[in-house]
Amino acid sequence: MAAIESIEILSPGLQTTVQDLGRFGFGRYGVAPSGALDSFALRIGNLLVDNPENQACLETTLLGLRIKALTDVLIAVTGADLQPHVDKRPLEMWCSHILNKGEILSFSGPSSGCRSYIALGGGIDIPPVLGSKSTSLPSGFGGFQGRALEAGTILFSDSPQAKPVASHRKFEPKWIPTYPGKWVVRVIWGPQDDDFTEEGRQTFLKSSYKVSSESDRTGIRLDGPLIQRKGDIPESIISEGLISGSIQVPGDGKPIIILGETVSGGYRKIATIISADLPLLGQIRPGDEINFKSISVNEAIQALRKMESRIKRFKERLS
Amino acid sequence: MIYDKLIFRVMGDRALLVELGDKISPAINKKVRELFVSLDHQEIAGVIDLVPSYRSLLVIYNPLQISRSELENQIAKTQKGMDPARIPSPKTVEIPVVYGDDYGPDLEWVAAYHKIAPQEVIRLHTQHTYQVYMIGFTSGFPYLGEVPEALSTPRRETPRTHVPKGSVAIAQKQTGIYPVQSPGGWHIIGWTPVTLFDPQAEPPSLLEMGDQVRFHAITAEEMANWQP
Repeated sequence: MAAIESIEILSPGLQTTVQDLGRFGFGRYGVAPSGALDSFALRIGNLLVDNPENQACLETTLLGLRIKALTDVLIAVTGADLQPHVDKRPLEMWCSHILNKGEILSFSGPSSGCRSYIALGGGIDIPPVLGSKSTSLPSGFGGFQGRALEAGTILFSDSPQAKPVASHRKFEPKWIPTYPGKWVVRVIWGPQDDDFTEEGRQTFLKSSYKVSSESDRTGIRLDGPLIQRKGDIPESIISEGLISGSIQVPGDGKPIIILGETVSGGYRKIATIISADLPLLGQIRPGDEINFKSISVNEAIQALRKMESRIKRFKERLS
Repeated sequence: MIYDKLIFRVMGDRALLVELGDKISPAINKKVRELFVSLDHQEIAGVIDLVPSYRSLLVIYNPLQISRSELENQIAKTQKGMDPARIPSPKTVEIPVVYGDDYGPDLEWVAAYHKIAPQEVIRLHTQHTYQVYMIGFTSGFPYLGEVPEALSTPRRETPRTHVPKGSVAIAQKQTGIYPVQSPGGWHIIGWTPVTLFDPQAEPPSLLEMGDQVRFHAITAEEMANWQP
């Protein structure tokens, strides 16, 4: 099927990139996953417009963007509530709609959360690079020409013509996540928690950390009580692999949550965020507060099962 | 020291850090490579990615597909059953470098730091064969070790926000090549026309962990005529 013009970017806002679920299997070459920071919102958005879960979407940050439909396109907006509108009318989120040719989708600014996902029926017709359509901003490849979207960009789609069956699909209201601004993020200790003093570990668990404005897609930097490491060990370690959700504590004692744009690091990692809470990381904004709660690996896997079973049940309902 | 037995460390609910030794050494790194190559061939169901580094291998997996204890068993079994003689040898790669001037803006500083002539920095940098200990930091960035003691240089106090693609640099006992433009705190002593990272190529990175690298000096004129 020939791809046709689907939407035009009128204004990209603060930062809008093309992302899917990320790029895996190339860590040996230093290639990081990239991908949607809130993978849950991306998967649900795709299901709402009858796409495969892993299709590429637009990820837009805080201010949102403005796009114009160049044909009738089935869309769904999920993730952060950045107050989407079609022309002057508010658009219901977590629900699929037809954006008619010539209509403009815009956002009036953040109400809750940090990143919205715009799923387009038929997806985004760009070539996958190393198995994924995600944009790697640090290495400048993938997505749309390896960079954030700019005004005037036209995106193509394989089948933007809305399937009537998929219009006004809604996600289960009780499963729509809320983004409170005060977060409790669940972690598993390690791999280097032993390198911190008992006092340092308690500081980490009992303190509220404030999200710094220095945060971006590569990491969430936190301000708050300093985490003390044991006295006899140096600040850095021999560089090793890490994952999205690794919590590094550099020499200054202020934790940094690593997101999916790097494969390795040379600082000690006190804890790792559980897989089920990773999507939340995409919705944390500068100024928000985070508390960490330690749980066991088994509890983390149960939480992951619960999340996956919701997505599975939603999929079954659609078929 | 090379550990007698693999040490497994939990990295959250979906990654396992497998440690093979406790320091930077070619022998430990070789063990990491052997295990990495063997596990890569094994294609264990549920394993999503493998990230080898100086002294450890990170195994990223889907915990709903394989349990951590099962994964540990399989990794230990793979290590016991593997024959290092059957692991393919790493390749040796020659990298041409234009040293100094605009190509290597920190060459003079590094020379002055060690109280030697810039030519001596070049001689020391090119006389050694380096091992690719890992690829990390950005796509395709090789961590090469180790530079001679006489060249070991602390990082720049202020990192640059833009290091040009192709820059050849030194920090402490390591040397590396920036495959894409990125921030960086290493001292830039030269520049290579060789493409280190090409996402359209197979494999996308010229260098792989374990490879051996030698630098040789070329002039700016030779660089202009250089063909890949």
